[in-house]
Amino acid sequence: MASGVAAWLPFARAAAIGWMPVANCPMPIAPRDNSKRQDELIILNVSGRRFQTWRTTLDRYPDTLLGSSEKDFFYNEESKEYFFDRDPDAFRSILNFYRTGKLHYPRHECISAYDEELTFFGIIPEIIGDCCYEEYKDRKRENLERLQDDQEENKDQKLPNMNFRETMWRAFENPHTSTMALVFYYVTGFFIAISVITNVVETVPCGSTANQKDMPCGERYTVAFFCMDTACVMIFTVEYLLRLFAAPSRYRFMRSVMSIIDVVAILPYYIGLVMTNNEDVSGAFVTLRVFRVFRIFKFSRHSQGLRILGYTLKSCASELGFLLFSLTMAIIIFATVMFYAEKGSSSSKFTSIPASFWYTIVTMTTLGYGDMVPKTIAGKIFGSICSLSGVLVIALPVPVIVSNFSRIYHQNQRADKRRAQKKARLARIRISKSSSANAFIQSKRNGLLNELLELTAKEEDEQKLAKSISLLESQHHHLLQCLEKTTSLPLDSNHHPVFSSLQAHEFVDEQVYEQNCLERALQTYASRSPSISSHDSSEGTCCGRRGKRNTPLPNASLPSSHQGPLQELSAIHIQCGDPPSRTASRSNLNLKTDNSGRINCKGGRITTAIISLPTPPALTPDGDGLHGPPQRRPPPPPSHPPTPSIQTTASSACTNIVKVSAL
Amino acid sequence: MDAKRVETISARVDAAVSSPDSVEDELELSAVRHRPEGLEQLEAQTRFSRKELQILYRGFKNECPSGVVNEETFKDIYSQFFPQGDASTYAHFLFNAFDTDHNGSVSFEDFVMGLSILLRGTIQEKLNWAFNLYDINKDGYITKEEMLDIMKAIYDMMGKCTYPVLKEETPRQHVEVFFQKMDKNKDGVVTIDEFIDCCQNDENIMRSMHLFENVL
Repeated sequence: MASGVAAWLPFARAAAIGWMPVANCPMPIAPRDNSKRQDELIILNVSGRRFQTWRTTLDRYPDTLLGSSEKDFFYNEESKEYFFDRDPDAFRSILNFYRTGKLHYPRHECISAYDEELTFFGIIPEIIGDCCYEEYKDRKRENLERLQDDQEENKDQKLPNMNFRETMWRAFENPHTSTMALVFYYVTGFFIAISVITNVVETVPCGSTANQKDMPCGERYTVAFFCMDTACVMIFTVEYLLRLFAAPSRYRFMRSVMSIIDVVAILPYYIGLVMTNNEDVSGAFVTLRVFRVFRIFKFSRHSQGLRILGYTLKSCASELGFLLFSLTMAIIIFATVMFYAEKGSSSSKFTSIPASFWYTIVTMTTLGYGDMVPKTIAGKIFGSICSLSGVLVIALPVPVIVSNFSRIYHQNQRADKRRAQKKARLARIRISKSSSANAFIQSKRNGLLNELLELTAKEEDEQKLAKSISLLESQHHHLLQCLEKTTSLPLDSNHHPVFSSLQAHEFVDEQVYEQNCLERALQTYASRSPSISSHDSSEGTCCGRRGKRNTPLPNASLPSSHQGPLQELSAIHIQCGDPPSRTASRSNLNLKTDNSGRINCKGGRITTAIISLPTPPALTPDGDGLHGPPQRRPPPPPSHPPTPSIQTTASSACTNIVKVSAL
Repeated sequence: MDAKRVETISARVDAAVSSPDSVEDELELSAVRHRPEGLEQLEAQTRFSRKELQILYRGFKNECPSGVVNEETFKDIYSQFFPQGDASTYAHFLFNAFDTDHNGSVSFEDFVMGLSILLRGTIQEKLNWAFNLYDINKDGYITKEEMLDIMKAIYDMMGKCTYPVLKEETPRQHVEVFFQKMDKNKDGVVTIDEFIDCCQNDENIMRSMHLFENVL
């Protein structure tokens, strides 16, 4: 029952009295409406704009947020209204839905924003009215395609654990991913061009020799052309076989259009090899050579425009079909007419209706070769009608095809443009967000300096340094500090820290961290400097260890604009490090305290994930899943053979990342 | 209803002057709006309080912004309550029962007067109303054919999926039972007095008449 007519339920019930005299048995008891509330006005305050409506209006749809008791969560006692911190403009259409029973999609609204609002208020988008549903669906589809494009773009990134076959396939499909792929791409393109040019030049007359007349180059320099052809075919065969090997689904690959073109391009050569120079079959053999021209279609792998054209033709198949059909009809009609019109005239070229087909086609497409011309007056009249109608029939479906092509082409252009813009956008976002990360470091620094100043009791400076840091920021910083404190090492019974380190792990920013790692790496073993290079694959946070707490950071002038591969900072990814530093620490157990600061330089990370390290520093994997406070395992004694058991992929690292939603 | 103010836009006047055109007729019909009498008058004529009238009118106007219900809309609205069957025939009879001045549309006054009788009226009035419903041609007698029509309409609302399965002759049998009960002098028709008498003597019917009193 549509809730809109809920208002008429009292009427329907009242009208039921009409059944009573007819009924033979007693009626069931009517349900009592005990919670009989007088209809009251409800105030909905959406981001300051007040909407008012009757309670019964909202009650019409009890499975939405506003119609159910869920809205009680948003009730504000002091102002006696329901407060929603959402977009008031979008709320208008939502409230209108309750009032009129129809949900409309405002065209100026962004589709994802609108979707979010609908989800928030518990309204399914399928009930959008017919007037707006098409628009909604179109825009949603557009948005989805855009997202898919972006996702496909991301797929290009190298998954570290792809085997050889997958790498090859990726190289084939996206030539810009590696240099080898690019080289391969250009080489094959070059050879396709060579092959096509060879085929063309083969037939050019090459000048006569002494004893023979003009002959095409192909027959004159047979060996040379044969060698060229062989070389090209070999390259194509190798390419085809490689693709076949690398394809994730070989059956599907073999069925795809491009592979069929490949096969058709190289098959004539092999057939020609197999066939002898028989008189009977040489005719067929020559015909086969025609198929060599299909090599030119191989260019469609190299040219996107060509692919778009092919796709357009495929998508306009119905229009093309219509064009063909109507043309055929018209041709037959006019050919018949012309034949009978010209039958009378002598020496007429219109010997039969099929013979007139040629005239009709040439005339309708406005070619007008002039090899067949009507001579009788009737013939000329019908001939002119034929040419006029030809223009019309052809002109009709062509704009449809053109507009299709244009749409698809522009879509493609937009996709490319988006991809190009995306990189720049992400870079800029990264820069702006990394500054907030550095803010924490800054504030710590300020805190340290504050402490110093407290010692020296210079109040004015203190106040200068105590920047107006917002409450949110200070809470966040406090959180990070707690984290740092949490990762302090346990002390052994003699109150010596196990790692002979004295203080908790701290966050430092990238530059210092890298420096630390570098120094460590250089100190301990020159051969291994895994940590820095491995960080490309890991999404690093800034962390590290430093020396004593009370000393200011050695590089106090840390540029805040420096950013590492910090990704989205709305969620700080805190990862577990299985640091090479452990190896270092093993050999550095007796280091002095300030050097020991380098221990576990990935220390600030909680053990939540295993980072993929190309040169595993041979330690037991750290976190298996999400731990709370990180468990610092004491390092295995040096006598243990290193267990290179760290295996991971970035994908698993991704799933194990703890997202600390920053603010 | 006396002073019904039917308001149209000036297109109506123009339409009367110019030659009748189908397009203009449509314009005229769609421009008809109806405004009910004042709240006080309705309060006097019906047994509803002000607040109740307000609630009723808001619901009514929400569904029919033009202020009148024509038969199609009426059938639509009523059918929504009985999705499994075909309520259009019964809705037709109901429409005629509500449309007391037989002008083809149910205005708010008609609606509210009918509801007043059904929900707040005396037993006599309710029974009168029911009789009026059954008497399709409003001649004061309920014949077997009329009753059969009504019965079929009611059974139609049940739809096909019933248990036990509805048979062809069920409405007819039901009519026979009804007439046996109501038709005292066995003359083949039921008059209003027979009807009221018989219903007042039937306990079930009496009890069920009070069933919907607290609807509003």
